[in-house]
Amino acid sequence: MSGALLSTRGLSKRFDGLQAVTEVDFDLARGEVRALIGPNGAGKTTLVGMICGRVAPSAGTILFDGEDITGLPAHRRIRRGMAYTFQITSVFAGLSVHENVALAARRRLTGAVRVDAAVSEALARVGLSDRSEEEAGNLSYGHQRLLEIAMGLVQAPRLLILDEPTQGLSDGEIEGFKALIREVREQAAILLIEHNMHVVMELADRVTVLNFGTVLAEGTPAQIHENRAVQAAYLGTG
Amino acid sequence: MEIGPYILLASLEGAVTAAVLALTAVGLSLVFGVMRVVNIAHGEFFMLGAVIAWYVAHWMGGHPALGFVAALVVAPLLVGAIAVAADMTILKRLDYDPERTIVATIGLLYIIQQLTLMSYGPEARPVEAPFNQRIALPWIERGESGWQFYYPWGLSTTSYKLAVIGAAGAVLCGVWALMTRTRIGLVMRATQADREMALAFGIPVEKVYALVFGLGAGLAALAAVLIVPIQQAHYLMGADPLLLSFIVVIIGGLGSLPGTVLAAVLIGLSDGIISVFFSPTLAKILATLLVGLVLVFRPQGLFGTRAA
Amino acid sequence: MSIETRRVLALHGGLVALLIGLHFVLPAYHHGNLARIMVLASYAIGYNILFGYTGLLSLGHALFFAAGMYGMALTIQHAGFTPAPGLLSGIVAGALISGALALLALRTTGVAFMIVTLMFAQAGYLTILYFGEYTRGDEGFVIQTAQRVLWGIDLSDPANRYFAALSLFAICLGLSLWLVRAPFGRVLVAIRENEERVRMLGYDIYAHKLGAMVISGTMAAASGAVYGLLFGYAGASFASVQYSIFPLLWVLLGGAGTVLGPFIGTLFMFYLIDLSSGITSAYMLIAGVTLVALTLFAPQGLAGEVRRRIWKGLP
Repeated sequence: MSGALLSTRGLSKRFDGLQAVTEVDFDLARGEVRALIGPNGAGKTTLVGMICGRVAPSAGTILFDGEDITGLPAHRRIRRGMAYTFQITSVFAGLSVHENVALAARRRLTGAVRVDAAVSEALARVGLSDRSEEEAGNLSYGHQRLLEIAMGLVQAPRLLILDEPTQGLSDGEIEGFKALIREVREQAAILLIEHNMHVVMELADRVTVLNFGTVLAEGTPAQIHENRAVQAAYLGTG
Repeated sequence: MEIGPYILLASLEGAVTAAVLALTAVGLSLVFGVMRVVNIAHGEFFMLGAVIAWYVAHWMGGHPALGFVAALVVAPLLVGAIAVAADMTILKRLDYDPERTIVATIGLLYIIQQLTLMSYGPEARPVEAPFNQRIALPWIERGESGWQFYYPWGLSTTSYKLAVIGAAGAVLCGVWALMTRTRIGLVMRATQADREMALAFGIPVEKVYALVFGLGAGLAALAAVLIVPIQQAHYLMGADPLLLSFIVVIIGGLGSLPGTVLAAVLIGLSDGIISVFFSPTLAKILATLLVGLVLVFRPQGLFGTRAA
Repeated sequence: MSIETRRVLALHGGLVALLIGLHFVLPAYHHGNLARIMVLASYAIGYNILFGYTGLLSLGHALFFAAGMYGMALTIQHAGFTPAPGLLSGIVAGALISGALALLALRTTGVAFMIVTLMFAQAGYLTILYFGEYTRGDEGFVIQTAQRVLWGIDLSDPANRYFAALSLFAICLGLSLWLVRAPFGRVLVAIRENEERVRMLGYDIYAHKLGAMVISGTMAAASGAVYGLLFGYAGASFASVQYSIFPLLWVLLGGAGTVLGPFIGTLFMFYLIDLSSGITSAYMLIAGVTLVALTLFAPQGLAGEVRRRIWKGLP
């Protein structure tokens, strides 16, 4: 492989004696859609937190595009082309939908005209064009999730990290989301933390299963589906 | 006087400062620890205690001890009641939001201070101590005929000052017993540890908060009654106790009672001794800088171990 | 130019035009008051950039105001500076001190930030008292009329003073308006709303807060320097806690996070205290009651209520 987009080596995190993530080696190729799954408390959010700089690792290294980013603060990792959407929607509730996306856009674009064009495009892609002047806090939950994704897209990231993006969405909204991801994957690699197995099976190229802070299995959706150890971890049987 | 006896005198004066400071600071610390709010008006509760003591002593007349003992009871209760009222009408309605509470207690500071100015006036007035014998202190020095005792001129304290130290110690022991040995103390500690959990267990958190706020203010008032025969009651006297209590609470570790008492003793004693060598203004500059720097670099306090 | 932008410019430009017009009609007493209010409102505008827009509540802005005032007054008094370099040294002093305090205080947040700023400002106040030989402490010192001639303009003359105050105010108002509509200011507002989200959009939070604090502190220092020059006096009381509380009070009253709020708040509070001082010497009582009432009933302030009820786009 001509160098993965993202790799971790021996990545570990301890919290006050609790080993949340242990020695994770993880590689994500350019253009790939990767799903990260695992039972509650498996360490998914901690692992992603370390990748994007919200959590400082206890040990291990993180490479992004071949460069060591382990010591970089979160905002400098984002500047290198990661975008992160929050698990619990975290839009700026008091600002307009347009301003929410514009804040994300202005980091790389200057000039009101260029920013406005990028914002309009991102909002159009998630289907929120007609709501751009609404206050973000007044949007429905599903629309706030879509706004989060628009804020990720407008940054034109090389790696888009989506933390449980379909949680709380209606079936119709999930269909829309899947269509959107198929489109976005043309431009960016995607790391998807997801509970909804239908979404994982349909979208992911490969799946990584985390359990008790370690990688339990990795493979195509079909392989993971057949994997007995994964079934055991999820179903709690032997 | 030579330097040795001078430092002994300074430490004695410092011990009185420390005793009163410990009471005031424990009040502030209790409020911060249990309620997680900073009460900027704490110094004004102190001032109110002193002013009320003057009124009570003035009205009682007769032997000074009579008025003083009455003040010792009335002032903390009255100030505590005022604080409870402030808690229920203002702090509770702010939902104890830390930043808005600070702004509101700054407002409270000016209200209390200026109302006192309007009613009590700008004069500083003394309250007579219940007893006040001068006690000369001996010093040992190597003279021509070996070690000898003598009484250096000016090295003395008063029975009242010693009583203040004793009384403050007794009250602090009382507070400690209240917190560790009684049901109400248990309820306070439970509320401090986890407000949500306390609510879930049916603890009336709002009543606990009102009580703690009253208790904290009452302690400040009590400290002021003890000090008012030595200082004087004045409407601006709350600023220094507030600053010093802050210093003590922050250095002792926010919300920790033993740390607070330890820091009070340290600050009180060193305040007495430092002022022998430095000007009081310079001492205050160093103290305020110390608090700022401790908060920046060691927010858990000098004696604390956990992150605040 | 959008309609919104035109309305915004009309409103704020209209205020400046109104203030120019008032020069010709106001009686001497109110004319003098208004000059003072405009300088103090500039101080409040500076405070508002940090508190209202960035969401950082400082209890130590008197340090910056006094840095400007003494940076100007001491160099004029003791180094023989003329007003122009005097003003400049006041502004530079404010920029340096706010930058230095920011480097320390921004390591903390919330209540700790409030206490740290309070403590350093108090240390600054005490330092002014400590060097009483030069600063004359609480008593302060007068800057002579002859020392207050800027580029041939005598600043002790009421008309000149009024227009000098108005110039400062117009500059601060314009800067504030420009800033909050510029990308940098928008990031500050976003930090106030949700700091963690801004970090995860790739912005350097620390650098933005640092910038906000230096701009805020420098504006406060410029106001302090101009105040001392226009009214010919520098005293330690301008460095006291009270002068850190005042801008908070004015901004809360007028409306935190609005461009006009600081002016409205300063104007109201000034006249509230002015009227009450005829009745009682305990005029700070009014300040106390207003603070408590605002936190309880109108945390948005006057302009904030206008924004909530009438004009949502009010910057």
